[in-house]
Amino acid sequence: MYLKRTNPFLFYLQRVLFYLLVLAIAVYLLFPFLWAVLTSFRRAGDLFLPPLQFIAAPSTLSNYTQVFTNPGFQRGLLFSLVVAVASVLISLLLGSFAAYALGRFKFKGKALILYIILAVSVFPQIAVLGGLFTLVQTTGLFNNPVALIFSYLIFTIPFTVWVLTSFVRDIPGELEEAALVDGASPLQTLFRVLFPVMMPALVTTGLLAFINCWNEYLFALTFTSSNRTVPVVIANYSGASQFDQPWGPIMAASIVVTVPLIILVLVFQRNIVSGLTAGAVKG
Amino acid sequence: MTTKATPPGAVAPTRRRGIETARARQAIWLLLPTLIAIAVVAGYPLYRTFFFSLFEANLTTPDQRSFLGLGNFWFTTDEGVPLGFLQDPKWWTAVRNTLLFTVVSVFLETVLGVIIALVVNSAFKGRAFLRTAMLVPWAIPTVVSAQMWAYMYNDSFGLVGRGLLGGQALLADPSTAIWALIAVDVWKTTSFMALLILAGLQSLPGDMYEAADMDGASKWTQFWRLTLPLLRPALLVALVFRSLDALRVFDIMYVMLGANNAASTSMTGYARQAMIDNSLLGLGSAVAVAIFLIIMVIVVMYVTAFRVRFD
Repeated sequence: MYLKRTNPFLFYLQRVLFYLLVLAIAVYLLFPFLWAVLTSFRRAGDLFLPPLQFIAAPSTLSNYTQVFTNPGFQRGLLFSLVVAVASVLISLLLGSFAAYALGRFKFKGKALILYIILAVSVFPQIAVLGGLFTLVQTTGLFNNPVALIFSYLIFTIPFTVWVLTSFVRDIPGELEEAALVDGASPLQTLFRVLFPVMMPALVTTGLLAFINCWNEYLFALTFTSSNRTVPVVIANYSGASQFDQPWGPIMAASIVVTVPLIILVLVFQRNIVSGLTAGAVKG
Repeated sequence: MTTKATPPGAVAPTRRRGIETARARQAIWLLLPTLIAIAVVAGYPLYRTFFFSLFEANLTTPDQRSFLGLGNFWFTTDEGVPLGFLQDPKWWTAVRNTLLFTVVSVFLETVLGVIIALVVNSAFKGRAFLRTAMLVPWAIPTVVSAQMWAYMYNDSFGLVGRGLLGGQALLADPSTAIWALIAVDVWKTTSFMALLILAGLQSLPGDMYEAADMDGASKWTQFWRLTLPLLRPALLVALVFRSLDALRVFDIMYVMLGANNAASTSMTGYARQAMIDNSLLGLGSAVAVAIFLIIMVIVVMYVTAFRVRFD
């Protein structure tokens, strides 16, 4: 602070440089997305314009109407939603059982189970791709969203178990002991006593797992042919003709898929940061 | 269980032991669904991958297979045709590109992540806005960010490809494409790095900085002598996670370069092309085993070299 009195020039120079750095960071983080938003409101013919004229060009909603009337995209949205919600619900249910056992019970082999679950979360998806593909084929689930719902458990389950376990450990034991004294079974204790306390953690974990499922590309690309999820639809988006460059519709589809996520992330900002650090720092 | 010593002063040892065994039994039941799910989606497919890596097998008819031993890894026919993937220069290009991608992007993400975290951790007007902005690239799906950047790199439409570079097709040339991909990954995941580092920064004790100020240590010295050493655990965990993610990268290569070029740019892309596009289940599985082993070796190296603790 006394730099302001002893050397005001240096003080203000520091301030200016600092705010320039802040501005540079903000532009770096946001610009590509804002440019995609802008492109999604431009007509195909205007894409060739130099940047300043491009910014000033008239806006249109035609890319969005084209995207929303595209049956492939509609199905993609539906399948993405169904697959992500179903795998998140399954992994939250199984994950909270496991987290309760790992966070509250003492038994032999607990450390081993925790390490197995951690190992599953670090190993590469490609290592199970072939095996899962033959499994999907023999069970007749190829091109069926059920195949994706189950295969996504490979990353949602380890994640939910780790985050929820670290959360269950922090819940005061008295709550559960009281239920135990009253003669409640473990499942009753879990559903009646712990679930209400765990709600914030369940929402956060569920949201992060949902984002991962919404993003998934390798399994979705490999285990489906026409029942595509949204990332695969966007990656394969093609224009009306071979020579058409459908950047406008691609950007519009991208914005449609991203904006709900950004809104969710901003609303649950605090929870997400704590969930991410709990998930990462503790596993 | 019976060998366990009774704690001194316990009132009813048998009763307590009874409760403990009952609890242990209940724990198994609670864990069973998760363990079954992991066995089905991870254990069994992983076993199948190891199994098929020793066979010559086609993806559409996996039951008609013939044992090959390690032939998928290294095999030369009588006519001298090399067939093992370790003899394929394209595999080694993919390995080199993936390692380059991982080392450079994780390094840049760490440096940028530390800078952003330090800025966001200091008090200034607009800090809340910047913290929110930080989450945006992270929230964007990988495929979407790949398409956004493919558009910006485009040589006839793109801001970077046409505007900055005057119509150079960055993604068409493998030697420039890898740097273009690194830029995308750095942009997308620096936020994640910055978030973890920020969480680490916020757990640092403030009074140490006051003491350092009293001793007349400059901000620069404080950063190198105090912040960085104390930040080590948080940094290491972030590093491990980012490196493992970068090593198994697939999406951005596949979307921005197409299936064939992705196969020479990412190890996963190479494995997928062999296994799915070319239907060579055995060969593809062998590649997947190699990737699995590479990643496991790196995990072990990280854990032992830095004594990373996860629990």
